[in-house]
Amino acid sequence: MTNTIEVSLWRGKADGRYQTFSVPQRENQTVLDVVTWVQRNADPTLSYRFACRVGMCGSCAMTVNGRPRWTCRTHTSKVVENGRLEIGPLANLPVIKDLTCDMQAFFEKWQKAKGVFAPSKTKNDPIEKILPGSPPRQAADAAIECINCAVCFAACDTVRWNEDYVGPAALNRAWTLVNDVRDAGNRDRLSAVAAGGGCHACHSHQSCQEHCPKALNPTASIAGLKRRTMQAYIRREL
Amino acid sequence: MNVRLYVLQRGTALIMAPLVLVHIAIIFYATSRGLSAADILGRTRGSFGWAAYYSLFVLAAATHGAIGLRVIASEWTALRGRQLDALMWIFGLALAVLGLRAVAAVVLP
Repeated sequence: MTNTIEVSLWRGKADGRYQTFSVPQRENQTVLDVVTWVQRNADPTLSYRFACRVGMCGSCAMTVNGRPRWTCRTHTSKVVENGRLEIGPLANLPVIKDLTCDMQAFFEKWQKAKGVFAPSKTKNDPIEKILPGSPPRQAADAAIECINCAVCFAACDTVRWNEDYVGPAALNRAWTLVNDVRDAGNRDRLSAVAAGGGCHACHSHQSCQEHCPKALNPTASIAGLKRRTMQAYIRREL
Repeated sequence: MNVRLYVLQRGTALIMAPLVLVHIAIIFYATSRGLSAADILGRTRGSFGWAAYYSLFVLAAATHGAIGLRVIASEWTALRGRQLDALMWIFGLALAVLGLRAVAAVVLP
């Protein structure tokens, strides 16, 4: 007889409810495999989002037993509790349907924090030499592997409390660009992250660091932005 | 909170840290020596040093507390924008007035 997992999946919008399915437990099975099994074998109307299945695209994050996680790289053997699994949409974002949430606010906040590269040169200029060991490059390297999964955004208390707060991912991205010597947009970027809802709204609870599936530390990036904006403010550059 | 409020709040915290330690040391000194109210007033009245010390303390505390209250109100109430600023100023000014009044009561001759 095959072992099964009692899987509760969120159905509907914000006013929806959990629906329970019995899913066969397999070796090396991920939480995304469980959700896919339900859609293919039990209820084809189940909505969820995924793309790469290998932890690169950041599409499949969901709330698993109360914690935001990337479901494609989370093995059921690590998270099933007493044969049960509860899977819901990410917190802090509006639910579209079932396990799919609306990421618009998340990406708009990236724009608000000026998380976009502003080129300082044209294609006719020689390619800038970046020494891998230089302090700015190392600071950018430490934060650059973000996959935009919004796990940190869902885990953040300040995002939940403060609708203006741009969130850890956007600020982490801004920090990589602040340390990119090729970028020409830092005056605007520092002004953007120094305004209300920017880096100074962070309480350093470090939930982003705790939950980041890529083991990044957005809290450290935000602390870097706090230092950099404070220096710029004292020098009257903002 | 923006960078201006952040610098003000961290700056006032920096000012208050040594002031708090000295204030606590004074309390221990006054209680362990059994100083009476008259003894204390005898030392504080007309003292420019104590007036400056506690006036700075009051202004730093009023600024620090008002900015902190603004953050809490922005996260836990529906207040926004100018409403938050109004709350911050009213609370900060009230703290400053009450505190400076208390300082005046013990330092004015």
